Amino acid sequence: MIRLIAMRELKSLFSMPSTWFVLAALQFIFAWFFLARLEAFLEIQPQLALLANPPGVTSTVGAPLFNTASLLLMMLVPMFTMRLIAEERRNQTLALLLSSPVSDTRIVLGKFAGLLLFLLLLIATLPLMLYTLSLGTQLDHGLLLANCTGLVLLTASYVALGLYVSSLTTQPIIAAIGSLAILTGLWLADIGAPSADSPWHQFSPLYHFQNFNSGLLDSSDAAFFLLFTLFFLLLTARRLHNNRIYG
Amino acid sequence: MATRLLIRAYILGYIDGYSQLQMPATLSNATQQITLSARNLTRSFGKRPVIHDLTLELKRGEVLGLLGHNGAGKSTTLQMLTGCLLPDRGEIDICGISLQKNPTIAKAHIGYLPESPPLYRELSVEKYLLFAARLRGMKQDAVSDALTQVLQRCGLEPVRSKMISTLSKGYQQRVGIAQAIIHKPDIIILDEPTVGLDPAQIRDIRHLIRELGNTGSVILSTHLLSEVESVCDRVEIMQNGRLIYGDSSDRMQHYGEVSGFTISLRHPPALIELESISGIESVEQLSETEFRILHAPDNNPGSALLSLAAEKGWQLTQLTPLHATLEDVFVRITSEDKS
Repeated sequence: MIRLIAMRELKSLFSMPSTWFVLAALQFIFAWFFLARLEAFLEIQPQLALLANPPGVTSTVGAPLFNTASLLLMMLVPMFTMRLIAEERRNQTLALLLSSPVSDTRIVLGKFAGLLLFLLLLIATLPLMLYTLSLGTQLDHGLLLANCTGLVLLTASYVALGLYVSSLTTQPIIAAIGSLAILTGLWLADIGAPSADSPWHQFSPLYHFQNFNSGLLDSSDAAFFLLFTLFFLLLTARRLHNNRIYG
Repeated sequence: MATRLLIRAYILGYIDGYSQLQMPATLSNATQQITLSARNLTRSFGKRPVIHDLTLELKRGEVLGLLGHNGAGKSTTLQMLTGCLLPDRGEIDICGISLQKNPTIAKAHIGYLPESPPLYRELSVEKYLLFAARLRGMKQDAVSDALTQVLQRCGLEPVRSKMISTLSKGYQQRVGIAQAIIHKPDIIILDEPTVGLDPAQIRDIRHLIRELGNTGSVILSTHLLSEVESVCDRVEIMQNGRLIYGDSSDRMQHYGEVSGFTISLRHPPALIELESISGIESVEQLSETEFRILHAPDNNPGSALLSLAAEKGWQLTQLTPLHATLEDVFVRITSEDKS
């Protein structure tokens, strides 16, 4: 059932022209940024070669690329999550799901999995672009893996939050603004926090992504993402149940 | 060993065949089987009570009409019966399974068409119906047969690969009905299924509902008296969240009957002349040429009136029997309740 709902979500996404437009635009931005970083790297490479322990292409091109993607996704994911439940409620298709022999948890997981799968397709081009470099040089696979893992976890947490905000309202646009506001708020709290050990850092998904970005696999960061995602998925399931109570 | 297995298979096969032979007998028992029972449902939105202590039962092979004005609580009741809304108090059993305790098992027996059909407009008719069937727990290999059958039944074959958003309202409503019946549920719940359709489509859909009522049970809500008369076996009338009257559709029709007709005469006589015809109880002049005539139920003065009209040259242009409106039925039922 989870797969069925996820596939329906994907089919609906791909039948909309705007999805293809966003896909194309985003690939263009990724590619542009990748090439710009690569060009900068080639320019400074002679100087880098003089250093005793020079940074490789993965950390000068790859890591910044993932960092940009994490910021772009913060603004982009709410545009996709807004429709998930709010639009079903507005078009009154939610009744089909609610009257079907499927539990609320599965509905939520199906929607979550559907959109996450789509976004994974979208960010899958990042490692592909970087792997083209392995034709000419050696890549740091560990750093790449850490970045990929981090980005997937980050995307999952964005989707879970967006899904929850979408379940609160009937208007998709309000859901989009809502989740964008929350994500930006968390990010601003992180970068605006006065001291390095301020607790505000701990709430921001982007802060926890920084360790992954620099190649550090910290289990506490992974645990943060998993708990963050799980927390909002549970809240969403709860909200769907409340839908039956409050109408 | 092998022979033993063979014998066992044979016995099993035999038993299977035997049980098939017994099918007609069990089927006739099943016609009396209760598929849906709701007891003492109560529901309020905030502080406003909407449904009061509603008890409802539905047997297999029955079409039940839930009749009432807009805002009487019909849709709320149907939402509760399908599990879209939880009742504050009361229990619902679907084919003997409690909807509150085992929602996922119970809901597999329901097909539901809400007030506005729940359509994913960006999907094609076929894809959407396949999704609906699988969502209701149909197995992958049974789905394609069910799809061809339902497309044919609802007259959707010509539009099967079109996107739902491009279909007309009538076709969209049919897709809505198709998604409610594709998985061959025991209970089909339709919320105002004929709203917004043209007369020919209404006739087709009523015919389809009648057909569905032969195999499963159907509940439909409506505010049209004629719909209940033409489709339903039984009717429950709802007002202000209560069931105020429940009976077979035939017996309800006696409430719907008004003994009288309206006539139009090109050269009308004096009012007294009409009133003096035997059998006529009262005459009311609606306009210069139109009259409403009421008579005793067992004494129809129609033929006397016709011959008199021909004899005296009144030139009868129209004679229409009166039909009660839902309002009339309500008034009669409530006034009877009081007495």
